[in-house]
Amino acid sequence: MKENKKTVLIVDDDVDYLAQMEIQVKRLGFDVLTADTQKAGEEIIIREKIDLAIIDLMMENKDSGFILCYKMKKINPKMPVIIASAVTAETGLNFGVETLADRSWIKADTFIEKGIRPDQLEREINKLLKI
Amino acid sequence: MATLKVLVVDDEPGIRSGILRILRNFRVGYPFMDEDFDFEVVEAETGEKAIEIVESQPIDIILLDNKLPGMDGIEVLEYIKKKEYDAQVMMITSYASLDLAVKATNNGAFNFVPKPFTPEELRSSIEGITKHLFLKRMTRQMNKEGKQVRFQFLSVLSHELKSPINAVEGYLKIMKDRQVGENLADYDTMIDRSLERIKGMRTLIMDLMDLTRLESGKKAREMRKVDLFQVARIAMDTMEPMAIQKNVKMHLDCPETLTIKADPDEMEIIVNNLVSNAVKYNKDNGNVFVTLRQVNSIINIKVEDTGIGMTEQESALLFQEFVRIKNEKTKMITGSGLGLSIVKKLVEGNYQGTISVRSKPDVGTTFTVMLPLN
Repeated sequence: MKENKKTVLIVDDDVDYLAQMEIQVKRLGFDVLTADTQKAGEEIIIREKIDLAIIDLMMENKDSGFILCYKMKKINPKMPVIIASAVTAETGLNFGVETLADRSWIKADTFIEKGIRPDQLEREINKLLKI
Repeated sequence: MATLKVLVVDDEPGIRSGILRILRNFRVGYPFMDEDFDFEVVEAETGEKAIEIVESQPIDIILLDNKLPGMDGIEVLEYIKKKEYDAQVMMITSYASLDLAVKATNNGAFNFVPKPFTPEELRSSIEGITKHLFLKRMTRQMNKEGKQVRFQFLSVLSHELKSPINAVEGYLKIMKDRQVGENLADYDTMIDRSLERIKGMRTLIMDLMDLTRLESGKKAREMRKVDLFQVARIAMDTMEPMAIQKNVKMHLDCPETLTIKADPDEMEIIVNNLVSNAVKYNKDNGNVFVTLRQVNSIINIKVEDTGIGMTEQESALLFQEFVRIKNEKTKMITGSGLGLSIVKKLVEGNYQGTISVRSKPDVGTTFTVMLPLN
């Protein structure tokens, strides 16, 4: 039915999480590209046309996600970026991009917790892609 | 040589210049200090001037007269205490009374030197105060570092324990909802990966137990004659199933009579870790060479593989806790990131030995452990 399928890029250094997200996002009707390092993610963004990216926070380095996010927004400012992280559950640190102050330094559009239900994930993606 | 700054607060110029002379060539050293201390003297003739100096530069020791023209010594002391300056104060006064002593001590004065004092008395007081200062700063730093290290360890640990649970849980949810259809075979990879992650988690827990035993030193070490040929044999037998899967050949070169006086469990941990890494990070159809030798009074354990190898930057990180070398070649290999840090702790801490690594990407890695016999 969908004439032009949208492409979602998923970046995470846990190959199992990557495989699981790929299955789930594909089931939502998207094409999926994956990368398991910040570097690989950067390369894909330059090469491919991506409609939305879901990226992990901590990869090669603790701040890989933030940096990747920043670079993505520089290359393609209109592309929505979701940061998926288990960081809240693990550290108690709270991140958000709801306030303007947070938005000024975190370039992501939304944060999701890892382990989010597929229907919640779909809602977040659709909201950002305005589907 | 480290220099401590001594502020002398006294309205009598003679006392100030006297102290300057006494401390000019004075050195304090202790067997447990890495370096000697010498002293640089700064002078103040009033309490007000003293405070000005304390506020503008780091001062380590203050020699403080109580009877000063303006604000008196006790007031200076109170000020320093209130501001929590990291300086030790010693009162020098000719009017030492019990009342003053109590007041000064309550305000954190380290001790008293009655005027007049001999150069010997002053030096011995300074020696005491230096030692105290050194220990205080050392303890504070160690506490800080210790806490930091523990916190880092725990936060990484919780991450390492949670990610396999998340991975397995994710696969189970997919299976539960039959997300890839009704064909059971389509779930095989997920089951294999789940088992692999559980295996990794078990390894982590085992390694953690090794580590806590080491750190707490609770386990009674049992030093006896350990048959190293046997230890190597068992380590290789344990890895045999994985070696067969990858078609890796293991070769042992060790005199059957080779022994060391050591704790048998510890020797097992050392050799097991090295051999299991050599198989795990090998390529299919690779080789592992395990060589044990006694050279003079040193036991040499060398484990060489023809595996994926590492870059120099990667090797440099290798012995730290929870460090796993992440790249395209290692991403499917599970490990706790603790094995080599445990081996290093054992080799260096318990046997005064050394461990070194030589590696080349795509060529292989060689670990060499040297254990002195007694």
